[in-house]
Amino acid sequence: MTAKIAYDDIEIGTELPAQTFPVTRAMLVQYAGASGDFNPIHWNEKFAKEVGLPDVIAHGMFTMAEAIRVVTDWAGDPGAVVEYGVRFTKPVVVPNDDQGATVEVSAKVAAKLDDNRVRVDLVATSAGQKVLGMSRAVVRLP
Amino acid sequence: MALDQSFVGRTYPPTDPYEVGREKIREFAEAVGDANPAYTDPEAAKALGHSDVIAPPTFVFSITFKAAGQVVQDPQLGLDYSRVVHGDQKFVYVRPVRAGDRLTVTSTIEAIKSMAGNDILDVRGEVHDEAGEHVVTAWTKLVARAAEGS
Repeated sequence: MTAKIAYDDIEIGTELPAQTFPVTRAMLVQYAGASGDFNPIHWNEKFAKEVGLPDVIAHGMFTMAEAIRVVTDWAGDPGAVVEYGVRFTKPVVVPNDDQGATVEVSAKVAAKLDDNRVRVDLVATSAGQKVLGMSRAVVRLP
Repeated sequence: MALDQSFVGRTYPPTDPYEVGREKIREFAEAVGDANPAYTDPEAAKALGHSDVIAPPTFVFSITFKAAGQVVQDPQLGLDYSRVVHGDQKFVYVRPVRAGDRLTVTSTIEAIKSMAGNDILDVRGEVHDEAGEHVVTAWTKLVARAAEGS
């Protein structure tokens, strides 16, 4: 697989293919194990409510990992990402039902930089609320 | 309680090396549902110019956050970790993390602020490989929410 996108083909405003990511309790347990983040707010409803949360919430880093897939799937080579930053504005609340939650991620090219780099701005929402703010990646393209 | 401003600029000793394994990268990629073959297939990674499978962009957080634990659990700093939430996260990469890397993290407190009773702590983690080459820098903003009634 080679990078699918070339710098010269990109215009400011180019939209990346949007994606919707499911988030279930099982995924959070799996992510806790893989990442080593066992904070009970991500799997224990009783604990989450005791500390004032509406329910179990997703790891912010899980949401961050999902959102960048819109960029890496577009660029082809995940190693093309040279910068990535987000602000966690709202938690992704994950109910204990068959559906869980979903995170919708859209992104567009906001700037063309030197050295074949482009800045991509991402928008991630869940249940109609923006869950990531100031979400930006810089990608170096061929 | 406001944190001690004299901790700004404090750098903690580098961590012991963390060896990045192919199967750990696979486990992480599966946990985030990302099927990009650059994470699991060495040949696919090589076709992209990488010497071995690479890690998803946020993988390194597991390592830098553990290193930041030195800071947040420093009893002299006095952060109430039970009230900490993750505010911002940013990575700047020199190159992707890849299997076989032996990474050390050096954590520095960049800023301490107090806003509306919340303590806000900015920690920078510099990640280097075994050869001493810089791989990635992670910035983590932690917010310790004000205790009720304070």
